[in-house]
Amino acid sequence: MMGLTHGESEALLLSLSVAWRSLLISLPPAVGFAWLLTRRRFVGRTLLDALVHLPIVLPPVAVGYVLLLLFGTRGFIGAWLEHWFGIVLVFTRNGAALATAVMTFPVMVRAIRISLENVDRGLEDAARTLGAHPLDRFATITVPLMLPGLLAGAIMAFSAALGEFGAVITFVSNIPGQTRTLPLALYSALQEPGGEHSAARLAVLSVLLGLTGLLLSEWFARRVRRLLGR
Amino acid sequence: MTLKVALAKRLGSFLLDVDFELPTPGVAALFGPSGCGKSTTINIIAGLLAADRGEVALDGTVLLDSRRQIDIAAERRRIGYVFQDARLFPHLSVAGNLGYAQRRARAAPYVSLDQVIGLLDIAPLTRRRVHQLSGGERQRVAIARALLSQPRLLLLDEPLAALDWARREEILPYLETLRDRLSIPMIYVSHQFSEVSRLATHIVLMQAGRVVEQGDIGRMSVSPKLRAMVGPEEIGAVIDGAVIDHDASSGLTRVRVGDGEIRVQSAGLGQGERLRVHLLARDVIVSTQPAQHLSVRNQLCGVVSAVDDDGASADLVSIDIGSGASILARVTKAATRELELRAGQRAWALIKSVSLRSHSFPRRARPLEHSR
Repeated sequence: MMGLTHGESEALLLSLSVAWRSLLISLPPAVGFAWLLTRRRFVGRTLLDALVHLPIVLPPVAVGYVLLLLFGTRGFIGAWLEHWFGIVLVFTRNGAALATAVMTFPVMVRAIRISLENVDRGLEDAARTLGAHPLDRFATITVPLMLPGLLAGAIMAFSAALGEFGAVITFVSNIPGQTRTLPLALYSALQEPGGEHSAARLAVLSVLLGLTGLLLSEWFARRVRRLLGR
Repeated sequence: MTLKVALAKRLGSFLLDVDFELPTPGVAALFGPSGCGKSTTINIIAGLLAADRGEVALDGTVLLDSRRQIDIAAERRRIGYVFQDARLFPHLSVAGNLGYAQRRARAAPYVSLDQVIGLLDIAPLTRRRVHQLSGGERQRVAIARALLSQPRLLLLDEPLAALDWARREEILPYLETLRDRLSIPMIYVSHQFSEVSRLATHIVLMQAGRVVEQGDIGRMSVSPKLRAMVGPEEIGAVIDGAVIDHDASSGLTRVRVGDGEIRVQSAGLGQGERLRVHLLARDVIVSTQPAQHLSVRNQLCGVVSAVDDDGASADLVSIDIGSGASILARVTKAATRELELRAGQRAWALIKSVSLRSHSFPRRARPLEHSR
């Protein structure tokens, strides 16, 4: 594929798959946390805010290690998941997605929060007087109005997910076809003698993917804004 | 049938404490200066804002009673709300906005989509997107949307305040139509007496979080307490007259006002129909004798009930013209002295011009000085 070796194209497809799964995992809780942090006033809000942002300041390796402790086969959650659902996360693609989701979570929450803050509460009040109950208002007014920010945030998080390295390699290791995503393949290529060409191709690929994500996110945001007449 | 409202709420150092009862249907104006608590009051009535304590009951249905811990959620109160800034949903088309309300109506429809579109004349707009509408069009769509939720009470929070004069003139007739054609009770918040004098059947006068006075428009329009809030140029009696007859050859309609009658240039009104007139105090001349040899044709006879300073170096003379109606005349202090105007005296009010306040004639009628 496009002059890529089997291992390289495998890493590319795996990266896309992991990023996609990570998005699915993180989007619903990200919306929930963004809602809590923007709309609710409660004790411990500042602490929660800090916790959400923790992955930004922690070494990714540390995040991977914590995940290993919690979700490993002997970990508190990991053992439970395996016992009841037969879900194993260590050394799997889904594990890579989880590690990526945790790392990109702050980016997501941040983007969603900004878009939520821009939603005119007056419009929700208007929907209220028209008979819309809370969930109805959220689904029909709040979400559509925050869609530009939501989509831009999702695309951004997806792009960032493609490049997650430290947490992934610590939590799920570097197994070709299972957990060897683009950055891991790039790292492996650099470790092998004569792997410079492969590394260069993978690096160019990463740049292209990242750039596409950023441009797409901007283009989308602009398009939706125009649709709303702003 | 009544709307009963008794509320208290503290907002920082501002204390709202209001208590009023309005007949329904009808249009009650919450009238007062900016910041007197009008919007806060209707936000509590709508359920968008919590009161510290209070009671709201509409035609026997309790919507809020803090003592009995009843507080119906805003979305279940069936109270329509027209906001000052329209608040149309920008991600939906005009038709989408109307449909949004229609689908969520919590009662059997008493107005249909077609009726509402007709009443507010928005058929050409339905396919547009919200940002393609002018300010006046937005407000018409917002009114239509509120009606389609089939409310039992409609709240309007200064719906014309964000519009220029021409746009206001565009919307007012629609509001008058709603008042006359649908028997839905309305509360109209405003600090513009020109709007209130056209729409309201009842005025609740508010100042600094309290109700100063309330009553029907005729009585309130001549109330001394209203004068403090309405400028000397705008003050004047608002009277709902009944049409006696119409003379097609002259184009003049005779209207009963108090125990007397006036003639106005107007057409299309049949006998017995109601016609609201606004007799501005500055357009009324007082005579202590029946006036003759004058071009002014409209003359009402009555008894002076009070002479007060109008706060702008002139006097306001209240004249009782019978049947519970009064009119105001603005005269100079010198005139008061020379004519020895005082309460109990017989007087003739000569009316230079009449502002018609009927939905079919929203503009000021031509003065009658030069007619025949």
